[in-house]
Amino acid sequence: MDMIKTTIDGREIEVQRDRWALEVAREMGIEIPTLCHHSALEPYGACRLCVVEVTKGKWTWLTTSCDLPIREGLTIRTDTPAVIAARKTALELMLAQAPDAEEVRQLAEQLGTKSPRFPDRNESNACILCGLCVRVCKVVTGKMAICFSNRGTDRKVGPPFDRSSDECIGCNACVDICPTGCIESRDEAGIRKIPMLKTELKLADCEVCGKPFAPIRQLEHMQAKLREKFGDDFEAGCICPVCRREQTAARLHNVAEKIG
Amino acid sequence: MTVKKLTEPDALAKYRDSLVASSDDGKPCVLICGGTGCRAGGGLAVGDAFREVLEQRGLTEKVEVRMTGCHGFCEQGALVVLKPAGLLYVRVTPEDVEEIVATSIEGDGVVERLTYREPATKKRITRESDVPFYANQQRVVLADNGRVDPTNIDDYIAAGGYGSLAKALTQMQPDEIIDAIERSGLRGRGGGGFATGRKWRSARNATGQPKYVLCNGDEGDPGAFMDRSIMEGNPHSVLEGMVIGAYAIGADRGYIYVRMEYPLAIENLRIAIDQATQRGVLGENILGSDFSFNVKISRGAGAFVCGESTALMASIEGLTGEPRAKHIHTSEKGLFGKPTNLNNVETWANVPVIIDKGVEWYTSIGTENSKGTKVFSLVGAINNTGLVEVPMGITLREIIYDIGGGIPKGRPFKAVQTGGPSGGCLPENMLDLPVDFDQLTEVGSMMGSGGMIVMNDHTCMVEIARYFTDFLRRESCGKCTPCREGVLRMYEILDSITAGRGKMEDIDLLEEICGYVRDNSICGLGKTAANPTLSTLRFFRDEYIAHVKDHKCPAGVCQALTTFIIDEKTCKACGACLKACPVEAISGGAKKKPAKIDQDKCTTCGACREACLFDAIMT
Repeated sequence: MDMIKTTIDGREIEVQRDRWALEVAREMGIEIPTLCHHSALEPYGACRLCVVEVTKGKWTWLTTSCDLPIREGLTIRTDTPAVIAARKTALELMLAQAPDAEEVRQLAEQLGTKSPRFPDRNESNACILCGLCVRVCKVVTGKMAICFSNRGTDRKVGPPFDRSSDECIGCNACVDICPTGCIESRDEAGIRKIPMLKTELKLADCEVCGKPFAPIRQLEHMQAKLREKFGDDFEAGCICPVCRREQTAARLHNVAEKIG
Repeated sequence: MTVKKLTEPDALAKYRDSLVASSDDGKPCVLICGGTGCRAGGGLAVGDAFREVLEQRGLTEKVEVRMTGCHGFCEQGALVVLKPAGLLYVRVTPEDVEEIVATSIEGDGVVERLTYREPATKKRITRESDVPFYANQQRVVLADNGRVDPTNIDDYIAAGGYGSLAKALTQMQPDEIIDAIERSGLRGRGGGGFATGRKWRSARNATGQPKYVLCNGDEGDPGAFMDRSIMEGNPHSVLEGMVIGAYAIGADRGYIYVRMEYPLAIENLRIAIDQATQRGVLGENILGSDFSFNVKISRGAGAFVCGESTALMASIEGLTGEPRAKHIHTSEKGLFGKPTNLNNVETWANVPVIIDKGVEWYTSIGTENSKGTKVFSLVGAINNTGLVEVPMGITLREIIYDIGGGIPKGRPFKAVQTGGPSGGCLPENMLDLPVDFDQLTEVGSMMGSGGMIVMNDHTCMVEIARYFTDFLRRESCGKCTPCREGVLRMYEILDSITAGRGKMEDIDLLEEICGYVRDNSICGLGKTAANPTLSTLRFFRDEYIAHVKDHKCPAGVCQALTTFIIDEKTCKACGACLKACPVEAISGGAKKKPAKIDQDKCTTCGACREACLFDAIMT
């Protein structure tokens, strides 16, 4: 393994070459705010909150730490005035962009960002265009049901071509990952509705308790994925998480009794 | 037509010799500019007219008609040059052709009225090489643009084309080629100015196969047409450079990324790729060697950000054209995650010249850290709009006055913007600045890809900053917060200042946001987006203050802050302003009665001021 030395906030450590600076710093207990980062996804570098000051030789510059691979000769500082100022400005811009984003508001408060000196860009909007929803859908779910359209300040998130799309399996990954909670999803009368994606999917009923619990399309997608892994005969079953837990618990109980 | 494939380097030399031997230097040749500008000026119809007239007169065999690439003097199109005499005819229309043929081809006279008339001296100049616009240039990359037919590879070969490739393949090891490019001091012509040789070496040293060689033809600056003209006018020079580069780096495939707005460039490149492949100077086993290189054209949809290297690669991959961090260089992990070398069109076109003429010759041109020449598209308030190629280190003054012929109507120079929309605006006291990568960066502008926009005293620098910031705001991909949100806020502040709603503290906020955007954006678009604003704030701060404090636009451009009045003493009552006014707001202006503007009707469009021959209309 290629180990190299680096210094973060004055503390020299030895790390594997090319590890992301953000991860390493957080492991060292250093707090760095992020909004577009998630450990399940590749670094993206969009929100620019994780900015740090890097020195190499005679050069010093600001850069995001999430997508900074640690290499020879880098000295990193996460708390300089320039870093703090950059984070404050980023939050100020995001607050004016998405005044309803609670997460942004809290971060801004923590860092002492004043109320924005700019007019609100969108009234009642919480999307900060971090792209987590877009990336989780593509990379983790393996679908492209939510994507960016337009560019610059017209950029927005929505279903492909702004229409209800068969790509969406209603898995709610985008809903769960959104840092500002701006994608709404609700289950009503056996239907999962995600209004932003114009998704309305019928839920499957649990084989055991009979209650609707997950979109049929999501179960089909999972079935297909599992068959890829375990062969064509694999049958995932249609059991809701609650019943599955009960069944597993019962099985464990039986085993425990047998062992005595 | 079946084309004989050249299967060894010697065959190329022999073929060239045969082309040269069969051509007659003394044979009259009509060179018609087939660049986009001259086409818009009717160049194609002029070509047709020549062919028709020559046929009528039975001269088809005796006179060659050749559609070439852009000659550069776009202001005067459609351009026609007659060889061997070297006569230049400007603003030629199909109706002029008969007279030209009769006078200058059948006879040896000159059609005086179609010769170039120098605006300053009003003297007529008959020969192309005597025209100051051309005489003061040093054409290295554009040398063959006005001579070869871009759709005929034989023209390029006859002019020595692909000779550098043969030399590289037979006499040089890849490392020697990279060494030569390094020693030549060639720096990227696309804007960054990164050392080309160093880039090649890191791509050569990178592990992983396949390796890619790319050409960046995504020229997107408003008013820039350098790369376009090279791709349209001499596509083989770009291809030859790429093949040499691929051989040096060890790449066997590549792409040329061109925007869809450049259909002629795409067409001519496609023809060039086909012909080069048929001739054996591209494709499998180039010139009989075991080196192969295949290149494809990738057409971009015209997003400005796709000129940025990582966005360009994403676009070729079929993804949204968005940049990513470049801590890991594209020479290590570029297109499809493989080692990739990307150079701009003009950079590639420099490569065959360096290999052919040698490092000593090349380094004799230019300044210490910027070698060779640079192509600029000279536009704006300038007499000689066009494409110019000059040695690095030439002053702005020489480009604007000696080559460009100065400002129309003798108006005063105010500023020049170098480097396209994200370049800086330099004032008059910078006119003697030598133009090279480092000097321009030092004063807050940049070389960029070579757009050069000249502005006269009727240009408002706040409005210029607003205009370019608006462009960049629209062209930002929107991925990162600083560029998407920051440039928007810069634009909003600039817009409010030009509309007369600015406050003094806005200027401070503007500067603060500019710094934030510059230091925090992902890619070059955001990092340089503040240049127009920061450079105008630096050199023309008074104008900002006049807008905010005095509610006046000193240049008389911002409509909300301008009132035009006619000076009664200077007005000669000629009536020119009356005719120019689109809203009939001017009365008088006849029978020695000075003209007068009705302020209620006036929309402050400035048409009257431009029309006035006596500078009687003031703000």
